[in-house]
Amino acid sequence: MDWNDLLTGSLQQALGPTAAVYCLAAIGLNIHFGYTGLLNFGQAGFMMIAGYAMVTMSTIWGLSLWLGVLLGIVLTIVFALLLGVPTLRLRADYLAIVTIAAAEIIRQVISAAKFSEDLGGQDGLTGFIGPFREVNPFSEPVGIEGVVMWSANDFWVMVIGWGLVAAACLITWLLMRSPWGRVLKSIREDEDAVRSLGKNVYAYKMQSLIIGGMFGALAGLVVTLRSATVGPSFFATDVTFFAYTVLLIGGAARVLGPVAGAVIFYFLITVLDLFFGQATSGANPIIPASIMNDTQASLMRLIFMGLGLMLLMIFRPQGLFGDRRELAIDAR
Amino acid sequence: MFIATRRRSRSAAALVLLVAVLGALLAILAAQPAHADTSTADDEAVRCALVKPTDDDTISILGRICDRREKPPIAVPGVAVTVEDEDGNVIGEATSGEDGTFVIDLPGTAIEHLGKSYTVALDESTLPEGTKPEITSRTLSINIDNDQTVLFPIGDVGPSKPSKFTEALQLAVGGLVFSVILAMAALGLSMIFGTTGLTNFAHGELVTFGALAAFFVDRLPGRIEVGGAEITVIVGVFAAFVAGGVFGWLNDSALWRPLRRRGTGLVAMMIVSIGLSLFLRNIYQYFAGAQQRNYSQYGAVQPWEIGDILLTPKELIVILLGAAVLVAATSLLQFTRLGKATRAVADNPGLASATGINVERVIGIVWIGGAALAGLAGALLGVTQGFDFQIGFRILLLVFAAVVLGGLGTIWGAIVGAFVIGLFTELSTLFIDPEFKFVGALLLLIIILLIRPQGLLGRAQRIG
Repeated sequence: MDWNDLLTGSLQQALGPTAAVYCLAAIGLNIHFGYTGLLNFGQAGFMMIAGYAMVTMSTIWGLSLWLGVLLGIVLTIVFALLLGVPTLRLRADYLAIVTIAAAEIIRQVISAAKFSEDLGGQDGLTGFIGPFREVNPFSEPVGIEGVVMWSANDFWVMVIGWGLVAAACLITWLLMRSPWGRVLKSIREDEDAVRSLGKNVYAYKMQSLIIGGMFGALAGLVVTLRSATVGPSFFATDVTFFAYTVLLIGGAARVLGPVAGAVIFYFLITVLDLFFGQATSGANPIIPASIMNDTQASLMRLIFMGLGLMLLMIFRPQGLFGDRRELAIDAR
Repeated sequence: MFIATRRRSRSAAALVLLVAVLGALLAILAAQPAHADTSTADDEAVRCALVKPTDDDTISILGRICDRREKPPIAVPGVAVTVEDEDGNVIGEATSGEDGTFVIDLPGTAIEHLGKSYTVALDESTLPEGTKPEITSRTLSINIDNDQTVLFPIGDVGPSKPSKFTEALQLAVGGLVFSVILAMAALGLSMIFGTTGLTNFAHGELVTFGALAAFFVDRLPGRIEVGGAEITVIVGVFAAFVAGGVFGWLNDSALWRPLRRRGTGLVAMMIVSIGLSLFLRNIYQYFAGAQQRNYSQYGAVQPWEIGDILLTPKELIVILLGAAVLVAATSLLQFTRLGKATRAVADNPGLASATGINVERVIGIVWIGGAALAGLAGALLGVTQGFDFQIGFRILLLVFAAVVLGGLGTIWGAIVGAFVIGLFTELSTLFIDPEFKFVGALLLLIIILLIRPQGLLGRAQRIG
């Protein structure tokens, strides 16, 4: 067992581009769930729309990625409006089911074989990354010698990703200390009280859905840039659940909660992955192959993640840094 | 004391009835031949041959007629084929030879035919009895002066160009099968929601558990026989029902009851159920692997032909069994004291408790019953279409759609919703691409929520 490898590998993932993606998605969910109390289980749908919008702008129409980014943001706003109209008047559990259904509709339509000529079907689309990599200011691998190293392309995505995270955190902080943010929090605590004060709860919820969805869109853009390809497998239902786990580890309704959550989540997940990977590999593995082979080892992190999410929610619903008094997670 | 005994005996009688119905239906299934008759393959039948293009300056239409039901496909000789031009004039005829091929030379030189289109048609009356072509005519456009090749695969007997109505009936059969399975899963979910308020995202894993339990029994060494007929899978389905109930009891007593005692919020419990779903799904994959599986029996059964519709015995059995189970379950809820208690708890747990109903006991029984229904649904899903470790997760959204459509927490709503969703998914393929059938059902859910947020049978209370 190479403990050094285990730690550095995990550190690399914890600070890497994928952690930034889940962090952005979780910041969006923080606006929805943490501050407004909306149970949006369709964050993957927001991510998918933005990712595909950016890529298709370049692959179908041959236009610049920037225009694609713009289109992605506009389309996520449209999606949020479409989703919000039927669902925002519903109780939390209805909202959860409808949003998860909407994300699945998006995924099945985009990945359909019927549109595979334009959208790539199950395989997804590639061949758009050139312009993004051309403006990469880094030409050498970046990192600390002997500890962590990222390729120039990965580091470029990391700079963008964590830069967006910083901007998103700043925006969240500014929004939530404004009167507008206080209305959101009071909607979470008692919707009827807010209504009785003459506030248009529906409009506030819609604005919250749009803003959180836009952070989700940014996550979709970054994940697309990271892998230099876009495909339906990146936006499965489980992605939303992972983002929820990230949010709940750090603590909902905390500006920096998703950041801490993403780093910790990815560190732990990778430690588990590397540990079981090492324990089952080699000629004489620590865990015999009759108990666990390497395919089964790759499942261990998801098994632990499910278990962790349950235990977290049962014993520490406020996460590591949350305030239990602020978060009455109950919508009935 | 007297009341308690009577209550127990009545619900016990209902349970016995349910088990008896289950057993009887499964016995019918056992009597059915488990496998398709595979002895029809004639060893002397000629393999389906390829046609070699002719090497002259005329255009020939080369074709072959193969019976694809056999592997490898065999030739179908003696079928008359005609070629018509755009005006409907017959300009060539041929009959397929011993190797299934035919050659029709178009009169005149190649140049004359460029840019024209011809229709090659089979004469269905000359086909051997019991076969139907998948397609009876093909239209060719001649763009290059090469010989043209056409293939006519012959499939099972079935309407070659069925009317929309027959097609709809045929789809409705599949829809009914899916509906009863969906209804069993939805009823369990809705009952659990009704009594505990829990939106259980791990309900799909209860369904998968049933499929896996049946598979476990199927995989046990040896076969289970009664009177010469193998009933291993039937025992498996029954075991799935029982094991599902046990698993539901385990779920409730190990996880959900302690959480209810702690006063954990409903949204928190919903997220716990997501964690449980992830956990169980990956545990299943750990032990069962990721591949699509089938049970050892009822993989290919010969369908019956009823009018123009094909119906396999297993489909009929699933529909009847499902209907019987649903009738039994709803009668239990409607007429027994336990059922009344369940509905009372669903209506108002506090009031139910005040009138002397043991709420926790009712919830425990609902969990056992709901999970048993889910397990049965999973096993039947495995029988009808095969299964893998995430079969339940895949239909979870449709189960939710059914429950929400009918009205969360209502008994009849779940069943009505399941039939709406089940039939809609299949029948919608009349008009839309089959790959969008789930999308259609989920869109239907959103549209119904726009018009009737409380669901079809839900009470119009505030749900905002």
